[in-house]
Amino acid sequence: MTFTVHDLISLSPVLLIGVGILATLIIEMLVKESEKILGWFTFVLLLSVAYLSLILLDHTALVFEDKFLTGGRVNIFFFLFSFGAAVVSLLSMEYIKKAGIHFGEYYIMLLSSVLGMMLISGATDFIMIFIGLEQMSVCFYVLAGFNRRNERSLEAALKYFLLGSFATGFLVFGLGLIYGAVGSLSITEIVIGYETLKTSPLFLTGTLLFIIGFSFKIAAVPFHMWVPDVYQGAPTSVTALMSTTGKAAAFSALIIIFSPIIQAAYPSFFTPVISVLAVLSMLYGSIVAISQNDLKRMLAYSSIAHAGYMLIGLAAWNEKGVSGVIFYLVAYTFMNLAAFGLISLIEKRDLRGTEFSDYKGLGFKQPVLAGLMALTMFALSGIPPFAGFFGKYYVFLSAIEAGMTWLAIVGVISSVISVYFYLRLIVVMYFDNSDEIVMVTPSTSAMLGIMISVLLIIIMGVAPGSIINLINSTF
Amino acid sequence: MLVEYIPLFLVIAFAIVFAFGTVFSSKIFGPQRPNPEKLSTYESGVQPVGTTHERMSVKYYLVAMLFIIFDLEVIFVYPWAVQFKKLYLDPSVGTTAFYAMLIFLVVFEIGYLYVYKKGGFKWD
Amino acid sequence: MIPIEHYLFLSSFMFVTGVVGVITRRNAIVVFMSIELMLNSANLVFVTFSSYLGNVTGQLVVFFVMAVAAAEAAVGLAIIIAIFRNKLTVNLDEINILKW
Repeated sequence: MTFTVHDLISLSPVLLIGVGILATLIIEMLVKESEKILGWFTFVLLLSVAYLSLILLDHTALVFEDKFLTGGRVNIFFFLFSFGAAVVSLLSMEYIKKAGIHFGEYYIMLLSSVLGMMLISGATDFIMIFIGLEQMSVCFYVLAGFNRRNERSLEAALKYFLLGSFATGFLVFGLGLIYGAVGSLSITEIVIGYETLKTSPLFLTGTLLFIIGFSFKIAAVPFHMWVPDVYQGAPTSVTALMSTTGKAAAFSALIIIFSPIIQAAYPSFFTPVISVLAVLSMLYGSIVAISQNDLKRMLAYSSIAHAGYMLIGLAAWNEKGVSGVIFYLVAYTFMNLAAFGLISLIEKRDLRGTEFSDYKGLGFKQPVLAGLMALTMFALSGIPPFAGFFGKYYVFLSAIEAGMTWLAIVGVISSVISVYFYLRLIVVMYFDNSDEIVMVTPSTSAMLGIMISVLLIIIMGVAPGSIINLINSTF
Repeated sequence: MLVEYIPLFLVIAFAIVFAFGTVFSSKIFGPQRPNPEKLSTYESGVQPVGTTHERMSVKYYLVAMLFIIFDLEVIFVYPWAVQFKKLYLDPSVGTTAFYAMLIFLVVFEIGYLYVYKKGGFKWD
Repeated sequence: MIPIEHYLFLSSFMFVTGVVGVITRRNAIVVFMSIELMLNSANLVFVTFSSYLGNVTGQLVVFFVMAVAAAEAAVGLAIIIAIFRNKLTVNLDEINILKW
């Protein structure tokens, strides 16, 4: 195994972030009050990784003994992870001060989880996916419980940890069976042997266990029970990270695994499994979200529903579906980043103040924040001309093209239901009044992060075609 | 097929008979004249203090965890060390074998230094 | 030579024991032990197939699974200790402030 210069250049986003993690560790060790510089250091580092992955879009290379692929679609994911995490680091700077968890380790964990996501999205081998997924998840367990004096944060961490590692158990056992059936964990080997494998009970059981394990990670019903508790209890900036880039990473793995396998044998036995997961997630997420009183919890249920919409694109599995899912992931990432960023601003010092009743009259007292929040809610509910609408549009269109019109219909019904709870927040903000609202002066860094996200939501809504073309050009 | 296991079963049966036989035969045939000195935990040793259900301080947890993590890293070094000569002489690998482990160890040492700087190895 | 089915049966049994343990037990540490049992049953599957197929990849995966399990153990026990310091219990039924 030797590296050529081309390999090293193609790998540079991953290498840069790896070196960056070690650098943050050393800074944290040697510099007193390192947390003051680490926030901006992380931001600049992630931004340069995002830039590198965009300019290396056509540097395709297969490295690490053919276990890791870079270039093309993978780099789009690299960009999404690092840019999303950069926005999160902007949102975090003031928030973690407010929450009393202003430690440099926060940024080290953030960077390590991004490295894990990158390992997932470039993997061409199940072992790489496993390692990346675990690196990401372990960092998320730590981050969820970062506020170790707060009971809710700890409870979220414990639940996330226990259910997450339970899912890992399924995943690894599934991998064991797949390994037994194929004799290798390489995805190309599976595609080559697919004709004989598709009748092998060992392979099918293994794949089913693997899908169960992964459904936990992408939070599809019926494996969603950790999501509301974890999203509510974890520090808001951490929720922003794991609900967006974390979910995108898990989806990227599904796209990588299934794109060759399903292309070899469409429609395969996975299609009904994924369709069922999609329908359950959409309907359950939308219906249960109606009855929530906590905004973070409501967004958790809505994220379950969003996972369902994205699964439609995977079930339909045509070019439109895959690029639609990627578009949806990008749109969803920035919509949720904006929403959680705003929540983290309005949240009080004791980490309460995420209930609907805390938003009463926000429209008059804090017109800027309320306006941005209203815009984000419109985008999340899929009202044109924002990014959320086109995400849903592409995904539903792909389902119709694949002859699965019923899936698209269920999706539309679920979106109509979801409009209710997104608009409820807007109604609360503009039509209710309350005297007890606390005035907040948003910090520059957090506002910058929110503005970037909102701007991207609008751009993706106004000019979705150019972004879809960019995604399509990487196939 | 079960025939192959007969020697194993014989060994197990013999072990059980021997173990129980010696213990119980001494109980049955031996003279029994107990006194307090004989019944103490260590007949010619120190006097035992306290119970076995001693609570351990939670700081041992940190040491135990650090031990497990650093211990498990060694399982990656062992196969490498055993195969190093072969890997080095293989023209398709060559010095990469050395540098790969060097990078691994550097990353590892930075983690070690971090623990050291943060006082993870201090006992109290 | 012991047939491969025996190993697979043993590891499936371990796996199911782990799953049942996670679902039925209420002590966080016991639940975590059950999860470790699940991971180890997967290790057994890997080693079995590795020896059966004469392919080293399986044994390699076991190393990684073990390393990951150690990392998870470190993080998980730290979380459990932090919970215990706060609430003086590790019973999962009593850790329930997050609900609607």
